Amino acid sequence: MTRAPKFAVLSIAALIVAGAAVSADAKDKVKVGFIGPLTGGVSVNGIGGRNSADLAVRLRNADAKSKYEYEMVVLDDECKPNVAVQVATKMAADKDIIAAATHYCSATAIATVDTYHKFGFPVIVWGAVLPDITYRNKYEEVHRVNGTMINQNDANAELISKLGYKTVAVIHDTTDYGKGHNEYFSKALAKIGQAKIVGTFGVTADQQDFTAELTKIKALNPDVIYFGGLTPIGVRIRSQMDKLGIKALFDGTSGIVSDAYIQGLGPLAEGTLAFREGAPTEKLPGGKFFMEKYNAQKYDNPPEAYGAFAYAAMDMILDTIEKVGPDRKKVIADLANVKDRDSIVGKITFDDHGQNTVPVITKYVVQDGKFVEWADSEYANGKRKLPGQK
Amino acid sequence: MDAGLLAQYVMNGLMLGMMYALVAVGFTLFFGVLDVIKFSHGDVLTVGAFTALATYAGMRMLGVNSNLLDLIVMLVTATLAMAFLGVVIARYLVMPLRSAPALNTLLITLMLGTVLRESVRLFYPQGANPKPFPALLPRTSIDIGDFNLRFDNVLMLTAGVLVIIGIQYLLNRTKLGLAIRAVAQDEETARTMGINFTAIVLVTFALGSGLAAFAGVMNGLYYNEINFGIGLYLGVVGFSAAIIGGLGSIYGAILGGFLFAGLQTIGTVMLPFASAYKDVFAFAVVIAIMAWRPTGLIREKISERV
Repeated sequence: MTRAPKFAVLSIAALIVAGAAVSADAKDKVKVGFIGPLTGGVSVNGIGGRNSADLAVRLRNADAKSKYEYEMVVLDDECKPNVAVQVATKMAADKDIIAAATHYCSATAIATVDTYHKFGFPVIVWGAVLPDITYRNKYEEVHRVNGTMINQNDANAELISKLGYKTVAVIHDTTDYGKGHNEYFSKALAKIGQAKIVGTFGVTADQQDFTAELTKIKALNPDVIYFGGLTPIGVRIRSQMDKLGIKALFDGTSGIVSDAYIQGLGPLAEGTLAFREGAPTEKLPGGKFFMEKYNAQKYDNPPEAYGAFAYAAMDMILDTIEKVGPDRKKVIADLANVKDRDSIVGKITFDDHGQNTVPVITKYVVQDGKFVEWADSEYANGKRKLPGQK
Repeated sequence: MDAGLLAQYVMNGLMLGMMYALVAVGFTLFFGVLDVIKFSHGDVLTVGAFTALATYAGMRMLGVNSNLLDLIVMLVTATLAMAFLGVVIARYLVMPLRSAPALNTLLITLMLGTVLRESVRLFYPQGANPKPFPALLPRTSIDIGDFNLRFDNVLMLTAGVLVIIGIQYLLNRTKLGLAIRAVAQDEETARTMGINFTAIVLVTFALGSGLAAFAGVMNGLYYNEINFGIGLYLGVVGFSAAIIGGLGSIYGAILGGFLFAGLQTIGTVMLPFASAYKDVFAFAVVIAIMAWRPTGLIREKISERV
């Protein structure tokens, strides 16, 4: 309680000294957190997210009007649930850290929700898409700015059916993420009832060789191979499909929407489908602003697909702390009433599970080495044909 | 199942087995001369594959556009560089720990593996991403029914067989091989016979690590994709293959490699449940084999207790 008057005196003093040059030293330091996969196979996405969250903090610190000086504590979950629980505990146990933007991998996000709940530590998930993260429990600490995989798989099944494909083989990794994709895609496809699944193959998330599974799939001769998993094995499966002479359409999820997928495959990436919640970074309401600021910081890596969401998550945390002060309970209380809040990813509204109700799903197809929006692509207007497209 | 598909499975299994065998032979060689398990072996393979990829980029920058020339230079550079790395590891990490408990060597090489792996990720440009590996072998293939026979696979298998025959010849028909076998059998007697123990150990590590580089390049050519994590898994499998074959026996390592690949393929194809369990199946069989024959399928002539 003695802190507030002191702070007020200091800030008034600072204001008197020089209107514009408010010394940063005069502001109280507040710590916020970021967790993502910074090492391992999906580290590009983690580093892109880390940079984006860092950008939000830097811009805030550069803003003379902000009340606090922020410091971002970054921890690495390696995309592994066991590591994630450790770092989440470490971060949540540190009372100086007020809130955090957490997790790109669904497997780690779902593993840590109980930890955050136990410590009363408010988090906003910035990249993981497994529905259970927000919907399994009703934890007031856990929020999410990006959409869930239910929406993207509905859109996926719908497009596949609309294009007239009849048979689908499913490959998914056996983490919660891949299993979730398999479940929701299979459900969505069955609901439409046009195409049927001829085989489902679970693979480990770091598997190298898929020739045995793909040979089996080759015998089933499906029109489409649906893949529920992340970029590294997506690249391998697509490349080994070619080796075995499989001509089916490769239909991916948000997990492969990254520059790394195209770099890893070169021309072979052409004609791959993928789906993601929200709109492409350039088309987001604040996308241009975000990319300009991001590029100005000269980070080594691009923000990748979920960078804008990491930025939005961190920005919302900072906004909230500015508003209610560095107090976990107050932050949680304020985040419970987020409605039509403006952000660079569009309006954010949290439902009673802390889930942002993002309605937009963007459909992508790889065309000439880029993820192009389906509606704008030459595949949609008939100039080019996907494998087996009628 | 029709014959075409069966042939396809056999071909897949053979390619996989060849890579496992090459890695396993390295483990066996190191164990033979020094009685150590060098866990960084798989990651040396990764570094080898990335060295080859960097060489390729360099060659293209110099304007060399011949696939054959590229491939030869890549193989030679990667093999020599890894042979050198192997010597450095042996000289400065493994040999100084000779009188320490074997666990220390195991731990230190395990950590070195992590260092190598993470270095590739951090220092190779965009090293965290999967990297496309150039297809330098002829891409022709013949379709026989459902069997897609690729010429490059045949070439790689042949090259692998030749390398293994070469190693056999080196070990059994040359003076160097005799020295290696002598050191493997009894270090002290070998020393009294005038064999330069240190030199032989270093040569063996160079040989094994060069083999890893070869396997790394083969891995790249086969999958047309490499990433910083390939060595970790290949290391574990190669090690298991060497163990089931009987550590210290070259034939055992080769047998182990192909056996493991065979088990994985069978695990995917024959078992009714999801292919996710193929590693569970393969490793479970390995455990069973080890329980049945603790010293491996092919025993060393003189059994050693570790």
